[in-house]
This record gives sequence, C-alpha cells and structure tokens, in this order.
Amino acid sequence: MDSKSHKTTADKLVYMANQIAMFFHTQPKDEAVAGVADHINHFWEPRMRAQLFTILDQDDNGLDPLVIEAAKQIRKPGPVPA
Amino acid sequence: MSLIEEIDYGTPAGTSEKMITLTIDGNEVTVPEGTSIMRASMEAGIKVPKLCATDMVDAFGSCRLCLVEIEGRNGTPASCTTPAMEGLIVRTQTQRLKDIRKGVMELYISDHPLDCLTCAANGDCELQDMAGAVGLRDVRYGYEGDNHVFAKAGGVANDRWLPKDESNPYFTYDPSKCIVCSLCVRACEEVQGTYALTIEGRGFNSRVASGAHDNFIDSECVSCGACVQACPTATLTEKSVIEIGQPEHSKVTTCAYCGVGCSFKAEMRGEELVRMVPWKDGKANRGHSCVKGRFAYGYSTHKDRILNPMIREKISDPWREVTWDEAYKHVANEFRRIQYQFGRNSIGGITSSRCTNEETYLVQKLVRAGFGNNNVDTCARVCHSPTGYGLRQTFGTSAGTQDFDSVEHTDVVMIIGANPTDGHPVFASRLKKRLRKGAKLIIVDPRRIDLVRTPHVEASYHLPLRPGTNVAVVTSMAHVIVTEGLFDEKFIRERCDWDEFQDWAAFVSSPEHSPEAIEQISGVSPQLLREAARLFATGGNGSIYYGLGVTEHSQGSTTVMAIANLAMATGNIGRKGVGVNPLRGQNNVQGSCDMGSFPHELPGYRHISDESTRDIFDKLWGIKLQDEPGLRIPNMLDAAVDGTFKGIYIQGEDILQSDPDTKHVAAGLAAMECVVVHDLFLNETANYAHVFLPGSTFLEKDGTFTNAERRINRVRKVMSPKNGYADWEVTQNLAKTMGLNWNYTHPSEIMDEVALTTPSFAGVSFDLLDREGSVQWPCNEKAPLGTPVMHIESFARGKGKFIRTEYVATDERTGPRFPLLLTTGRILSQYNVGAQTRRTDNVIWHEEDRLEIHPHDAEQRGIRDGDWVKVTSRSGETTLRALITDRVSTGVVYTTFHHPTTQANVITTDFSDWATNCPEYKVTAVQVGASNGPSDWQLKYDEQARRSRRIAPVLDAAE
Repeated sequence: MDSKSHKTTADKLVYMANQIAMFFHTQPKDEAVAGVADHINHFWEPRMRAQLFTILDQDDNGLDPLVIEAAKQIRKPGPVPA
Repeated sequence: MSLIEEIDYGTPAGTSEKMITLTIDGNEVTVPEGTSIMRASMEAGIKVPKLCATDMVDAFGSCRLCLVEIEGRNGTPASCTTPAMEGLIVRTQTQRLKDIRKGVMELYISDHPLDCLTCAANGDCELQDMAGAVGLRDVRYGYEGDNHVFAKAGGVANDRWLPKDESNPYFTYDPSKCIVCSLCVRACEEVQGTYALTIEGRGFNSRVASGAHDNFIDSECVSCGACVQACPTATLTEKSVIEIGQPEHSKVTTCAYCGVGCSFKAEMRGEELVRMVPWKDGKANRGHSCVKGRFAYGYSTHKDRILNPMIREKISDPWREVTWDEAYKHVANEFRRIQYQFGRNSIGGITSSRCTNEETYLVQKLVRAGFGNNNVDTCARVCHSPTGYGLRQTFGTSAGTQDFDSVEHTDVVMIIGANPTDGHPVFASRLKKRLRKGAKLIIVDPRRIDLVRTPHVEASYHLPLRPGTNVAVVTSMAHVIVTEGLFDEKFIRERCDWDEFQDWAAFVSSPEHSPEAIEQISGVSPQLLREAARLFATGGNGSIYYGLGVTEHSQGSTTVMAIANLAMATGNIGRKGVGVNPLRGQNNVQGSCDMGSFPHELPGYRHISDESTRDIFDKLWGIKLQDEPGLRIPNMLDAAVDGTFKGIYIQGEDILQSDPDTKHVAAGLAAMECVVVHDLFLNETANYAHVFLPGSTFLEKDGTFTNAERRINRVRKVMSPKNGYADWEVTQNLAKTMGLNWNYTHPSEIMDEVALTTPSFAGVSFDLLDREGSVQWPCNEKAPLGTPVMHIESFARGKGKFIRTEYVATDERTGPRFPLLLTTGRILSQYNVGAQTRRTDNVIWHEEDRLEIHPHDAEQRGIRDGDWVKVTSRSGETTLRALITDRVSTGVVYTTFHHPTTQANVITTDFSDWATNCPEYKVTAVQVGASNGPSDWQLKYDEQARRSRRIAPVLDAAE
C-alpha cells in the first residue's frame, strides 16, 4: 500500500489554477482577472498560494496567461502564527 | 413517556378554501368543501367505525362499517365516500346502523382466526377494536364453513388457505388474517406509487397478492412499509413486533439516512427499539418511509460496533483497547507534538454529514478554536459543494429554494442527474403522486432511470446525454428558450440584473449553443431537446430537482449556475411549485455545511476573511481566528503526501472508501502521524488510523439534522449510547483534554450558541423545534417560524445574477485504450459506502455491486451476464460482475459503490470541479474486459484491511 500518486501537488495546483482560468476566460473580460484572483484568495489555503508563487517564478510553468495576469491580485501569504 | 397515537381522520384533508357547515349527531361542524362525512365527524371528535379507510389514501367504501344516516336521503351511505355538504344533518349511531354494523362484523369474524391472545397485533388491531365498538358478542355462523383460516377442513386440505409469506426480511404476510380491505393495495399505489400489490380472485376468493402471485421478496415490492402501516389486522406485520411485542412508548425523531430527512416515531419497549413508524406530521415525508428508514436500523446493535476506545503506535500493529482518558490524552499529546514540530497548520479535522448539527459545530469549533487553524472540511466536499458555490453566486444562498410540499404545486418537473426512486425514495413517492395527477416530467440522465417509465408515470422527455455534458445540454435549453422568446421578461426585469441577463442571453443565443450544434457533444437529439425546453418554459410552474449527477463533474459548479440561470430566465423562482432543488445525499449534509464545516466559511456561510464575523467568534471563544481559508480534504491529502500535514480527526466519514483515487487517499493517510477515526465501525479509513474513538448512532443522542429543504428536524435520544457517550460528548472531552474550557451539558446549549452567532439561525432553539416540530432556515426576527420558500420578493443577494456557462469538456476522455465512460450511482436498499446498510438485512437486495453494460458493448468483449469483468482506468483497476442491460447506452457503463471490496474509487480519477474540488466521480474513461477474479490491488487491500482490524486480546492482570 505504498503507491504514490501519479501527479505531484505542484502539477495539481497548476491544473486547478488553469481550470479556474478556463471558467473566467468565458466571463466578461473586465471581470476575468479579478475573478481568478478572488477565487484563489477565497479558497486556496496559504501554503497552496505560496506554492503557486513558487511555480509562478519558474519559466514554462504551464500556467494559463490569465492566472499569470491575476497573480498581482493574489494575496501573498503571511507568516503562520505560532 | 407514552406511545404517541396519531389521529386517523379516515380520509385525506380537504383542500378547498370554501368552508361548509353541517350537523353531525347534533354537533355543528365546519370543514372545507370536499371533506368526507367521516373526516368531518372525526374533526368533531366522533369516531365512525371503519376498517378500509385511513387518511393516507383516498376513500374506497368497501368495508360497509362506516355507514351513516342523512336526513332526507334514502339508505345508509358510507361516510368515507360521501362528501359533507352545507346544511346536512347526519346521524352516526341509530338502531338500523347498529344492526347493519354488527351484521357486517359478524361476517368478517366468521372468516378470521380467533387467536387474539397470541396474535402479534394484539393491542394494535383495528378489527379487534371494531368488534368491540359495534358490540359483537356472538358469531351465529360458526367457523366450520368455507374459510381462509384453517389449513385443513375435516381432515382434507383447504384450498382457500394460504401459508404465511415470510420471504421479506422485515415483515410477514399472513393471508389467513386478511379481511380484503384493500388498504395495502391502495397504500402501495397511492402513497408509495409502486403498484406491487393487487387483489387477485373475485368475491369470496379475493386475496391480496404481491406481483403475479409471487412471494413478496420476488415481487416488485420495494419494502417501504406503507402496506404494513395501513393494514388494520395482523396480516402484514413487522417481524420485530412479532418477536418483541407491542411498543409501550415512543419519541419522534429523524431518520439518519438520506437528505429527505423523514420524521419517524421510534416505538420502544424499554430501551429496545420495536419499530420505526413514519410520522404523519413530519413535514418532509408526510407519513411515508422507505426500506432504509423504516427497517434498516439493525446496524445500531450490530456486533461489529466498536464500543471501547483503541490506540496503536503503527498502523501495522494490532489495536489495543484503552480507557477514554488514555485515548483523549494520547490524541491531545500527539496533536500538540505534531503542531510543535510541524507548525500550527499541520493538523485538521473532518466533520460528519451523518452526525447532528451540534456535533458538527463542535468539531469545526475544535479545529478553529482548539487547533487554531481553519483546516476543517466535510463530505459535502465530495457531493454538493458545487451547489453551495453555484447557488451562492447566482441567488445568494447556498441551499435549495423550496420545501418538499412544493412538489404538490408543480406542473413541469425537470430531473437532472438524480435518481430519486433509489436515492431519495420518499421524495420520489411524493413526486410520483403529483405526476399521476398530471404534472409533466423531463429527465436529463445518461441512464434510463426508473422514473423514465414506471407504473402510471412516464416522462414526456428523456434526454440520454453523454456523461460530462450537462453544461452543454442545459445551456442549449437556455438557447431554445431565449431564441424562441420563451423567457419571462417581466420576472427578469423585476428580479434580476437586466444588463447581466442581456449579456447572458447573447451568450446562450450564439449558434454554437444550439441543440443542433451540441448534439455532437452530448448525443442528445436536437428535436427532443427543443421540445423539452419549450415544455419547461411554457408548461406552468417549472421546478428543477437535481443530484450528484450534476455536481460531481469538472464543471459541477457551472452546471448548478446553468440550472439557476434556467430557473430565473423562465421566472420559476420565489413561489410554490417552482425552484431549484438539490437532492442532498446524506441526512445532515445541508446542516454540516450550515454549521461552518468548510475551511473558508464560518457558520452561516460567512467567509473567514470577514473581520466582523470573525470578531463575533473571537470574542465568544476568547481566541484569535486565522483570517485565511484552511485546506479542503483533497488539499489535506496532497499536503500530507508533501509532508506538511500530519494529523487529522475524522468524525463519521470514511474517506478511504468514499473519496476518489483511493491510492492517493491511502498514500495521504499513510503519511500522517496521527489519524483519529471517530466512528461506529472499523471502517476502511480506520485501516490507517492510530486512534479509534467509538461513535454513537442517531438513536443514542439528542440534536438536530437539517435536510435538503433547509428543514431543521429534531433527533431524540431513545436509548443510552452503547459506547457510553454521544459524539458531541466525545468531541467535548477531547477539547477539554486539549485545554479548552467547554461545558455544554446538553446539545440544546450548542444550538443556542449557533443561534447567538449566526443570523440565519437567530430564532432557532430546541424549545421552538419542540413546539413547531421543525423549521426551515432562515429563522429569525423576519421569519420567526422559518422560510419554506426562499427569494419570494427579492433574491438573498438582491438581484439574481445570470452567469455565462461555457461548456468545457472534461480532460477525462475516452480513447482507444479507455473507450467506455463509467458513471456511478446508488441503489434503493443500500446507502452510501454501505457501512450501515451492509450491516442490516438489506443485503438481501444487493449483495454486491455490479457493472451495468449495454448488450452491444458486452457482446463485443465476449462478456456474459454475471461474468467477472476487469474495469481499468488511467488510475487503477478493479473487478466485479457484469449485469447486461440496455438501461445504459452503448459506450456507457455504470456501477454502484456500496461495497468496499468493489473498490470503485480505485478507478475514479483525481479530476475535480474547477470551483470547489468536488471530485469528478461521474465520468471515468475505462476499458472493460473478461477477468478471472479479484485484482492484485483488491487482494492486497483485503489482506491489509484484515491485518489492520486485529484487536489485541486483553491480558488478565493476574498473569
């Protein structure tokens, strides 16, 4: 029972972020960027957002351009209170 | 304590608004027009003798006991079939009536066994009561004549006599006691809507028969119990009553199975449950039940229940029984150690949709206030989280809009991705009742569910779409409604944002959303789709009911929004008979969401980032809540595999069996250092647990459940917890051990805290619930008795919001390696992962999960009915036996997931809803082929499960 998942968490986060972008691509243009950022701010736990920022720093990260555009509005996670 | 006796008015209530007054035995009675004289009499407190009438079914007029005399009319009409009219003068007791009744009873009794003292119905027999009521003292005919009572007559076999049918595990049919009143037949037809029973033969030969003279178990009978409840004699009797005897006290409580939330009387003798009888005043079920709630409660006393806490160092060790104190201390120490070592956010909890609101509230409070983080989630994650998200975006409230009574006022019902006759049977019966009276039905489902065509019900349209194409089909229906000008402009202008509507209307009107264009994607005939859309838009009150076939997709949330768009565009919101109605899976999945079980939301769906809401809890709990959302279940498992999440407290949920991609769940659990499972049984998740805390059943605690219609129903304790503590007490003791100062002495105090902190629950208290029976939230100053129908004058969010819903194909696609689409569902007799129902006699109906496959697909693969087949997906493989049927289309296969050995979730993938991470259970590309037996994974899993369930024998202290 030691089987490993076939995808890494980073793979999954990229996939999830792109899925969110896919939805907002179909929404009116002016709402799309804020829509992606709001959604991620609302539902992604800080360590997921931190990982997303790490991914954003990489070239060829596989992220949808809308996610990259929305990144400016995604909240940087603060330190975890002790 | 006493037995709750409900008044039987004999015939259903009149619904007319016009009132009429008549005189019965000198009493003036005012009733709605259309009320029977029998019912009017009962309302005046006069019990007219009866045998073939009950207020659950229409009058029939066969027993000839309820006769009355009416001034100015000839004869002695039956009071059940004669409507009350203005000015009538009725007498219920005259010499002529007395003589007739006594004569009728004499005939009945002449063909009925006289074994009253040893009869199971002794003390609860209407025939016995009526013999008493009419003063029967003598049967002049004797008992030797032609009869159905004795197996032999004069040493010769009696052809009329029939043996008892004991084939159903829960009730018996004894033809010798039948008086042919037809109540059972009518209950089966009118209340349940199955038409399994009939009267065979004529005259003195008449007998009740199930199916075409089958045993009950071989007939179409669905074992709902309506016939048993209606039977006035011991002909149909619960086996539990035969075994135990008549109950002596009862309490009203709420079923712990599906999201319908039926009210039952738990009828008791001491602390022994004699039977569960549906309560007529239950507003969700109106006196009806299904096989699960009525009969399948045996798991509560099953030998597999674990009654003592247990711990172990490693999951490969056997379990060691410990005291509660030791268990609490172990958990508290481990959780604190993990947090010290890996950070405050390295642990979390999962609340249960099977536990009460109060218990759920405490678990999320333990996580937020005790663990100091927001890592709390609930199994709604894997079922209806898209409902919460989608309806919140469009309407402003994360819940269905109606009550179940609303179905009585609907004209067109659209069912999408739900199978009510199996998943929500009591609602299905209420729906079928309305359909038989003329409402139209549209079904959108890949599979030909029973409601497509079933006795006296036929859907006008069945759109058999390919799994995963809901958004395309529902958006295309909107295309038809908008382009053909069938939308409700007045409603939209008044209630919704007109600019948003126009944007949406332009979007859906584009040619790529036309039924002709989407046929290629969905496989649905454009003509059928157009006609169905027209019917929905123009057929009167249109209501939409949907289930997990909508939510459990990559685009689950988008479909919910598409459904909401459709309801708004056709003006079907804000009154009786319309609305958007999610059929919730578990008894308290609505409640667990309401109680703040999601990692981003505090009770009442208030986002954790909202400072004013946090402030309420900060002050009350004396803490500082984190303002960031926590991890959802799939994220917890990912974090566990990554090494940042190490401990979890799981109350009443079996994520290893119920969550997708079993191997990943197993890897996540195996990576944790302290897994605490709080459950009735050593479930599959417990294979990976370090601590096991025994749970209690719904019969063993007080609290509330909230059903799919937002109805808060009371759960009442009828027996002491076998494990010693109700689940809320266990959570509280654990919290205390972790240093929290909690001192709840009764669940009502927990609900008081919910009311104090949560505006939509502000008016809720146990006192109110005891007084009113139940209320639907919001319940507050504005709606002191709750809110049956939501969004009446305006939407909760102000203006209803139309949202564009573009179809995006799931990435789970068929191809040469995996050419078939697997979709999943459930069956009437089993429930969810089966932990409860598999431990009852319900297994007689469903011993194993089967793979439904179309004859064409089966033939191509050389598969015969009953063969073992291997189902392979990109995630894994499993084996089960095939069931060849054309209920599924070619290219689609289907299975249920009630048995752990099936391992259906080994093959489901990790794709999930874009907005909520709700897994895509309903679409998996698979290949099916012949197999010799269980897969390697199944064998390995069985061995691991067997080893991990070992409990070390307790050593004698003297040794």
